[in-house]
Amino acid sequence: MTRVRNFISVLCRLGWFVLMVMLAFGYLVSGLSEKQSTVGVFGSHKTMRTSAVSTTRADAGAIGEAIRGSVEKIDADRNQRLKGLGLNHSQPADWLTVCRRMSLALVGSGLSLEEIRALEQVDEPKRESVHLENLLRDERFHHYWAERWTRFLVGTDGGQFIVYRRRRFRIWLAEVFSENQPYDQIVRSLLTAEGLWTDKPQVNFLTATFDSNDGSADPVRLAARTARVFLGLRIDCLQCHNDFLGNVNLGDAPDLREGTQQDFHQLAAFFTSAKTNGLQGVKDGEVDYSYKYLNDEDETDVKAAVPFLSELLPATGKPRARLAAWVTHSENHQAARAAVSHVWALMFGRSMGNAVDNLPLDEWEHPMMDSLARDFVQHDFDLRRLIRVIAASQAFRADSRAAFEITPEHERNFAVFPLVRLRPEQVAGAIIQAARIKTTDRESSFFLQLQTMAGTNDFVTQYGDVGEDEFNSDSITVTQRLLMMNGKLLRELVEANPLLNTSAHVGMFAESNEQIVQLLYVAMLNRYPTTEELQHFVSRIECSEDSDEAVEDLAWILLNSSELAWNH
Amino acid sequence: MNAMPESGHGRDVSLCDYQHHMSRRTLLGAGGGSLMMSAIAQRLVRADEQQKTDPSRPKSVILLWLQGGPSQLETFDPHPGGIHGGDASAITTSVRGVQISDLLPQTAEQMHLASLVRSVTSKEGDHERAVYNIKTGYRPDPTLKHPSVGAVLCHADQAGADIPRHISIVPNGFPGRGGYLGAAYDAFKIYDPAQPVPDIRRSVSESRFEQRVADLYGVVEREFRKGRLQQLESTRTLHRTVTDVALRMMSSQQLDAFNVASEPESVLESFGDSAFGRGVLAASRLIEVGARCVEVSLGGWDSHITNHALQSAACDKLDPALSSLLKRLEERDLLSTTLVVCGGEFGRTPSINPAEGRDHWPHGFSVLMAGCGIRRGTVHGGTARTPVLDPDRPMLDVADPVTVGDLHATILKALGVDYREELETPIGRPMKRSEGEPIDAILDV
Repeated sequence: MTRVRNFISVLCRLGWFVLMVMLAFGYLVSGLSEKQSTVGVFGSHKTMRTSAVSTTRADAGAIGEAIRGSVEKIDADRNQRLKGLGLNHSQPADWLTVCRRMSLALVGSGLSLEEIRALEQVDEPKRESVHLENLLRDERFHHYWAERWTRFLVGTDGGQFIVYRRRRFRIWLAEVFSENQPYDQIVRSLLTAEGLWTDKPQVNFLTATFDSNDGSADPVRLAARTARVFLGLRIDCLQCHNDFLGNVNLGDAPDLREGTQQDFHQLAAFFTSAKTNGLQGVKDGEVDYSYKYLNDEDETDVKAAVPFLSELLPATGKPRARLAAWVTHSENHQAARAAVSHVWALMFGRSMGNAVDNLPLDEWEHPMMDSLARDFVQHDFDLRRLIRVIAASQAFRADSRAAFEITPEHERNFAVFPLVRLRPEQVAGAIIQAARIKTTDRESSFFLQLQTMAGTNDFVTQYGDVGEDEFNSDSITVTQRLLMMNGKLLRELVEANPLLNTSAHVGMFAESNEQIVQLLYVAMLNRYPTTEELQHFVSRIECSEDSDEAVEDLAWILLNSSELAWNH
Repeated sequence: MNAMPESGHGRDVSLCDYQHHMSRRTLLGAGGGSLMMSAIAQRLVRADEQQKTDPSRPKSVILLWLQGGPSQLETFDPHPGGIHGGDASAITTSVRGVQISDLLPQTAEQMHLASLVRSVTSKEGDHERAVYNIKTGYRPDPTLKHPSVGAVLCHADQAGADIPRHISIVPNGFPGRGGYLGAAYDAFKIYDPAQPVPDIRRSVSESRFEQRVADLYGVVEREFRKGRLQQLESTRTLHRTVTDVALRMMSSQQLDAFNVASEPESVLESFGDSAFGRGVLAASRLIEVGARCVEVSLGGWDSHITNHALQSAACDKLDPALSSLLKRLEERDLLSTTLVVCGGEFGRTPSINPAEGRDHWPHGFSVLMAGCGIRRGTVHGGTARTPVLDPDRPMLDVADPVTVGDLHATILKALGVDYREELETPIGRPMKRSEGEPIDAILDV
């Protein structure tokens, strides 16, 4: 009997010890051990983690002053267009909505409750600009944009084993964005890349095409990619035949002409100077390209040339360096438009016109594009400045609701903020962040970062990765709805997990049912509930036999809503 | 999607056919996002109506996808005793004069139900690019993502079921995609049918789940619509529409088709004790309840080393599943409306490398097809027993070569889909469903 008692005693002590260790582990991994506790975020005026408001109001003010003229110009362009079309525009959206748009664009998720509480300490007129500056310095932004640009520059394919390192390329881009390298410098690095793909990550821009050209840079794919990415032109059809229906106009304004096969292959010829040189990787050489044009009997020796503004092409120098100098020339306005188009699409989730990489030389999408492109060049191709100008514009800050009837024409002309379905990685980011009180970033615990990364990858795979064509996904699928309603990630995020989940935390720490509903709305949708919503869900909690279940249900409802899955 | 009028076609395999271009301005006016979404909504409604009113069985396809590149010499085009024959022997089949590898003895007994195309050629020798090529019928194009066969079929014919019509079982990283037709045509992915269908069961009680859905639409969605774009649900979000489809699927009796465990033990055994075998059995059950394209993947064919051992191991899984599938479809009178296609992204080199492996070979490989008007017991083309292997003229070693485009045109024609018809991509670019010509020699129709 004594032995049994001793055994039970030891078992109890051991069990108690294991419980303590587990609690301590949970305390650490959930981030609750940091100086600012979770309880703090439930009130709106508590001290926050310092990084959450690292930008001073003075900083934000000075930056705002520096871009004021540019913002006024594109606002005038927008309003003049709207006036000409006889379209009303909506009022500015509230600061939380604008900040959510910024977060979705720059880090691929909504705001955390922690971020919102920190911003609420700032004067209301400064909140958007403070949040933007925080995001621009945030590592999440550098890595998130690196992946977006990697898709744009080299696609999503794995490429040829050994000679193509997509991950290295992406990390290099993250460093580039972290340093805020000027866009023209990035373009030159890519077009003139030399060396080994492991040592010089930008070389992977070339080696991504090795799989279709027997271990060498594929001039045809690189010409098509260069035209789309750096020139905003889709000229792929010219690979096989001349244009004859006015789809691709090239040459110099005002005497634009139909594009020809020569235009495409002369551009491709620049890339034949990228020679594969064994263990030295890619080295510069001479242009060496011949092609048999449609209806020709024999192959033609193709010289490197550009399809418009040829006077800007340097007469001498290495072939790819000449091409890079031409693309980044301050008078190559089309190239600047292409850059602006992509940044605009990343900010809004959709292109300014019909396609992000199809900006015909003879058609202007919107006067804002022209103004932004000129401003971009005048300010040394500064990407962060371009982001700031777009984010401060009336187009970006317009409400997606209005007192008048909104039509697609209002959206096309940015009279209102256009409703855009979130991309899969944004949906994953939004729900994972919504389910956490604190910001999930590189300062989060290792466990949380690991869980976030794995959860995001699995979710995106199941939800349906859109690949490199990120601005053309306007479908909703049965698979997506099943995943959101019954999937493992969402189930784990809404359940009453006292260590990690918002739904459990608000249930434990909120002072009233009203506060529970408010906190869930703010954490998940980044807005406060309307009176009607508040009353409805407070009543749900009060009438429920199990209030924890009612809180879980509300979290499920909000995460399954259109509002969470759309940028608005 | 607005289909373009049919026009002439040729055998040009270039990236785009200049005869089929339209002016940019015309095309850009053709479709904005909202119009496209309306069309999808209409299709969902139309499919539902068609299912209720049309009792006839639409045609379906089961694609047995052999990921990695099966060796033609160890499967359907053996050359035993030849200088490149390797260790595989040839055995007679149920079709007089036709021999296949001794690694597929059960399939040999069902060859009278199928046709072999032994002369498929392509220009893609990299896995990723070749998979894209074979699954879509087009070579990779940086400006466009083409739809795979299942997406094309589901887009062309909206007849369907409560369950998804395009399904990929054990997808192996390359499931069928909707491409420019949209993610709505992506394959619904499931893994080993021994496991439950993912995300189909609610995690709370029925009454609680219904309350959640009621509050979602009665409170939160209603608030979201206020002051926003007109007809937000029907022209843009389709949130309720697609949720209703998902809810119908969750409670559909057709879900039982995924549950192969309900089959007798002898049937399960006949398909083989593997995820692939169970997947193939599930595929045959799924097309009976209305699925239109079921793809089942089997890996293990990429035999750069120890080719014979790897191909043998993969054939051990393929053989019972393929033969049982053909037999079952025939017995149930389903082979006339079900096309079976079995193949991979390319073949393997005639030469055996120093590691006793065979490498990638797109210049002559085999695909098996059966059902849906495919002539029975036929062989089209073949590779040379003693190939010249001239790198500049690989076609010298292939009799009656066909392209991947031809293969696709054959599949679409067998399924009753107009392979010449032009569709319109989201940016208004006209694109034919297939850029090849059907292999009439293997078609009864």
